[in-house]
Amino acid sequence: MSTFEELIAANERVEPRDDMPDAYRATLVRQIAQHAHSEIIGMQPEGNWLTRAPSLRRKAILLAKVQDEAGHGLYLYAAAETLGVSREELLDALHAGRQKYSSIFNYPTLSWADIGAIGWLVDGAAIVNQVPLCRCSYGPYARAMVRVCKEESFHQRQGFELLHTLSHGTEAQHAMAQDAVDRWWWPSLMMFGPPDDASTHSAQSMEWGIKRFSNDTLRQRFVDMTVPQAEALGLTLPDPDLRWDEEAETWRHGEIDFTELFEVVKGNGPCNAQRLGHRVQAHEDGAWVREAAAAYARKQAEKGRAVA
Amino acid sequence: MVSASSTTGGELWEVFVRPRRGLAHVHVGSIHASDAAMALRNARDVYTRRQEGVSLWVVPAAEVRASSPDEQDSFFDPAADKAYRHPTFYEVPDALHL
Repeated sequence: MSTFEELIAANERVEPRDDMPDAYRATLVRQIAQHAHSEIIGMQPEGNWLTRAPSLRRKAILLAKVQDEAGHGLYLYAAAETLGVSREELLDALHAGRQKYSSIFNYPTLSWADIGAIGWLVDGAAIVNQVPLCRCSYGPYARAMVRVCKEESFHQRQGFELLHTLSHGTEAQHAMAQDAVDRWWWPSLMMFGPPDDASTHSAQSMEWGIKRFSNDTLRQRFVDMTVPQAEALGLTLPDPDLRWDEEAETWRHGEIDFTELFEVVKGNGPCNAQRLGHRVQAHEDGAWVREAAAAYARKQAEKGRAVA
Repeated sequence: MVSASSTTGGELWEVFVRPRRGLAHVHVGSIHASDAAMALRNARDVYTRRQEGVSLWVVPAAEVRASSPDEQDSFFDPAADKAYRHPTFYEVPDALHL
């Protein structure tokens, strides 16, 4: 029987009933919960436009995408539960603000073009972050991420297509697309977290095989991938310092204002209170459904016993 | 299955999907539901949104009995010293394509 250290050294997966250090378990619970909460909260900015989608086709697509986000949240809650934490504890921690979700969802979706920008940039960044997690050392998390990544590609492509349509539409539509990209570009870069020298959890997570690449490495990968896509869209990225580094064959971006990220993380973003308030309200409004279902199950079980 | 807290939407169920005819059901994850009918519906919505399956099983997680990882070695040991169970154990002339 291999010890935890042997499994990690051999790049093998750790499974739920294996012995693992408390700190490894705690780190995974924190990360998977935050990831799950992000998917659940992430339904709100896009849900905002469901009733105002410009066509039935766009509406059906957006509905499917928002449903996927709910599904991703559930895959991830299920993965977290294998670590011995209950769904109830996780939801309580989210509602009480003890566990976080991605700061990107604390920005408002002001126009229809924001739906495109979220798909293209936010989901694009999420894919870059998530693909390495498919090889994470904790089996249930890695397996959940395989499912998530399979579905995420549709999200990014529909966003790109939406923005492409707007960008090549009327002048006003093009301006709307550009405005959305102007607002979402920097927050998307911040999704990769603080720079490597300021990242508190990175080193230990890399050692444990939870994290495979550093924040800055993944951020650079995203920038290199995205710049040519922006060109194809006919849209500009709002960074005057963005330039091609011939020697390193990579795009150099301007300095990121991380004070903004830290403010949003602290709860001072434009929509923090609204997002959490809406989540708590939805949970409370759904209480009667859960109670009715439990009562029905109880009755059925009693009937079953009476017959027997 | 009635101790479910009404705050989480019921007990935990393990979900198995048969991807297509001819293949076995494979474990894909878990789901919360207050009864089997709801577990099947929830499992359909969460795990088969893209035609991933033609059949679903849901099993109360509490009903699963598992071998212990602590006993993994002694539990599976008996298989290790029976090399004669494998065809490669036997030496036969190559030419005969046995």
